[in-house]
Amino acid sequence: MAEENNKQEYTAKDFKSDQEVRWCPGCGDHAIMNAIQRSLPQMGIPRENFAFISGIGCSSRFPYYMNTYGFHGIHGRASAIASGTKTANPELSVWQITGDGDSMAIGGNHFIHVVRRNVDINLILFNNEIYGLTKGQYSPTSKLGAKTKTSPYGTIESPFHPGELVIGAQGKFFARSVDNNIKLNQEIFLQAEKHKGTSVVEILQNCVIYNDKAHAEIADKKHKDDRQLVLRHGEKMIFGKEKNKGIVLEGLQLKVVEIGKDGYTEDDILVHDAKEQNPGVHLMLANMRYPEYPIAVGVIRSVEGATYERNMEKQVKTVKENSEFKNMDDLLRSGNTWEVK
Amino acid sequence: MSKKADAIEREEVVVRFAGDSGDGMQLTGTLFSDTSAFIGNDLSTFPDYPSEIRAPQGTIGGVSGFQVHFGHKQVNTPGDFADVLVAMNPAALKANAKWVKSGATIIIDEDSFTERGYEKAKYQVNDPVKENDLDGYNLIKAPISTLTKETLKDVGLDPKSILRSKNMFALGMVYWLFERPLKYTEDFFERKFKKKPKIIEANKKVLEAGYHYAETVELLTPTYKISPAEIEKGTYRNIDGNRATAWGFLAASEKSGLDLFCGSYPITPASEILQELSLRKDFGAKTFQAEDEIAGICTAIGASFAGSMAVTTTSGPGLALKSEAVGLAVMTELPLVIVDVQRGGPSTGLPTKPEQSDLMQALYGRNGESPVVVIAASTPSNCFHYAFYAAKIAMEHMVPVILLTDGFLANGSEPWKVPKMSEYPEIKPPIVPKGEKEWLPYARDPEKLSRTWATPGTSGFEHRIGGLEKDELRGHVSHDPKNHEKMTRLREEKVQRVENVIPEQTVEGDQEGDLLVVGWGGTYGHIKTAYDELIKEGYNISLTHFNYIKPLPKNTKDILSSFKRVLVCELNRGQFVDYLRMNFPHIEYYKYNKVQGQPFTTIEIKEHIKNLLKK
Repeated sequence: MAEENNKQEYTAKDFKSDQEVRWCPGCGDHAIMNAIQRSLPQMGIPRENFAFISGIGCSSRFPYYMNTYGFHGIHGRASAIASGTKTANPELSVWQITGDGDSMAIGGNHFIHVVRRNVDINLILFNNEIYGLTKGQYSPTSKLGAKTKTSPYGTIESPFHPGELVIGAQGKFFARSVDNNIKLNQEIFLQAEKHKGTSVVEILQNCVIYNDKAHAEIADKKHKDDRQLVLRHGEKMIFGKEKNKGIVLEGLQLKVVEIGKDGYTEDDILVHDAKEQNPGVHLMLANMRYPEYPIAVGVIRSVEGATYERNMEKQVKTVKENSEFKNMDDLLRSGNTWEVK
Repeated sequence: MSKKADAIEREEVVVRFAGDSGDGMQLTGTLFSDTSAFIGNDLSTFPDYPSEIRAPQGTIGGVSGFQVHFGHKQVNTPGDFADVLVAMNPAALKANAKWVKSGATIIIDEDSFTERGYEKAKYQVNDPVKENDLDGYNLIKAPISTLTKETLKDVGLDPKSILRSKNMFALGMVYWLFERPLKYTEDFFERKFKKKPKIIEANKKVLEAGYHYAETVELLTPTYKISPAEIEKGTYRNIDGNRATAWGFLAASEKSGLDLFCGSYPITPASEILQELSLRKDFGAKTFQAEDEIAGICTAIGASFAGSMAVTTTSGPGLALKSEAVGLAVMTELPLVIVDVQRGGPSTGLPTKPEQSDLMQALYGRNGESPVVVIAASTPSNCFHYAFYAAKIAMEHMVPVILLTDGFLANGSEPWKVPKMSEYPEIKPPIVPKGEKEWLPYARDPEKLSRTWATPGTSGFEHRIGGLEKDELRGHVSHDPKNHEKMTRLREEKVQRVENVIPEQTVEGDQEGDLLVVGWGGTYGHIKTAYDELIKEGYNISLTHFNYIKPLPKNTKDILSSFKRVLVCELNRGQFVDYLRMNFPHIEYYKYNKVQGQPFTTIEIKEHIKNLLKK
């Protein structure tokens, strides 16, 4: 960042506001905030340059608990507010905190457009597949058939998968994680901040009250190693408690194999390339679902591209340099004018 | 007709009457001034007469002059140079030629421009055009003395008395020139010469003769092809309302030192504001064409949070979509200007046609107690002025401002005297100075009640804002019942206190009386023209036109209370009259409404007023 001189040694505590955290005990949000507060000091950014911007929902209370600049907006519109803030001042590190209702339902339009424009913000999507703050209605990411207060007989609509939307909207950065993996989350947040462009991080988050254990089948410590594939750029897609499983490409499909079985060796296992422009494999990785596949966590896609706010700055600079006007008086007197004496 | 309309529309005119001390120029000037005042012009006069009571007749030293400066706008000086000079003899012309504007109209009594007259005035060559360098001026040579004698040949007055009334012939000509009614001057004759009916008759006859002479010869026509705004000296350009709006924002950006951010979604008839600002990256303007109306305003709010001068532009349907976000700006107390270029509604309505039916939406169209400042521009060119002041108020008072224009103003253009930016005030947003101690996000200026503006990137002021109710000083989330009521009242009072910085409302015409015609926003041109014509026809009415809607100017109640009846004309079913009624219920309101997606016509307003006056 610009103010290299001001760089201070922060600790996680420096990023905690004096406000009492009001999420339910056991809510996944606590762990996510914990990871963010631990990762911010590692970014070398002055605290005053952070702006946390949210919409409405449980997760959107997040900015109140951060000792940074913060803006708790209105439902669904955080992407737009954050876009304005970042465009107005590109020096800021802008973080959007949102949920699956906020970003996938009411804010779906803004979500795809902020991704398309590639505004350099870090968009942390808390996906608990339920409306928590309104007390338990299904969301656009609830699994087909999910029984909730507004779908007592099961939902009859297919869920959105945020990764698909990101790639569909020409997204350049998509990562996924689980709320309780504080270490991986810190790693992802650091990469998200470093990435120039919209960095979407989907965090599978547990709503302990209205959708408890929604992600348990992949998140539970007992079997998470077998059901989560941690992706790191340049590393083989190997997973499992015994590190004996991997992903191969067979035909046009990804396939889970066991190393040393059916003739597969470690050499057959795909190496993750998050920087590949072609999103084909990234999309397949993002769409892996349990039980057929492990779910992919880590940075799935991270490709470079021009950002909106820098393009804007560039254009402003160029037009300024070539302008015939020095000030407003010049503009007012430009073109067809006439004198009355 | 067109000639008269042009004359009516002039913003200000300076007329100078000059003649020999005995020619009655002071009286002529005074009568002209009185008539102008009667029909609702503001004016300022400057009597200029010789120190000698009677200097030698026909000499420079004996020239007496009376200058009157009058206009539809406020007039504070007698004017430096005249648009029209009446010179009753060569000396008067010689003495005053340097006090007229280039190309002015000069009416002379050619009967007095004789060898003897030139000699007395010490002309070198007996040709006023050469002598006084009047080439290119509109010199009107009228045989005033001869025609006065001719007019009064059968009245039975002595030749001297007859000739003394020639000033009334000149006055009649000037009255025609400016479409002034003769009634007030005739009334004066009645009063002044009560016991001299012959004099009354003579003066009336000469006055009318002058009036009809001017009408018949139409010599005066060329001068008055100039449209209203071209009267003042200066640089002019044509401008439409949308461009003027965009430029007003650029001007406010320059004066505030803050970069302009415009987050908008294209919509008829407002798109040109976004287009114009998009062109002006050289002024640091960042335009964000959003994915929808809501994103338009939300990006602007985000930019305001970051410390930009933020605007969003739209029309009625777009304002409806933005309403929740307007509430967010109200709650977070961030500066923001929302432009609503009104069109026919509801729903998609009449996208290209003007209407004033978004007033209530602007005032109240949000959830909760959600006060904003509402301002309306009234001519295409003053969109510049009101856009500038909307931005100034928004920033200095930390409040959202809705600027209402309409399709008529947005697309209509008019000649505009280009202002100098030095004529506009500085804009001083309450940005928290670096290093400020004990700063609180919601601590308020004791006068304005505005909070301060601490923007991300400034060390030491990290704070959180949002749409939830806040506690009074720190801005933390608060559900305390008493606090909510207090904050609700503070937000309302903050908007109300904008009345301390806006100009008082003015009334054209008598300040009290039977009928006050009230307009607001884009209908000004038509209502004003109707009003002017009625005045000329001798109707006694007054006019007031509102630009500041919320808060209303402080003297609004006094103005309304000074008239027996108040007629509110607007292009909707009566939204402003209802708003006034709510604020000042004791007034007897009448309303004249039109909801056709068309501007008023002057004729229909006049007819309505005439009918009302019959009742």
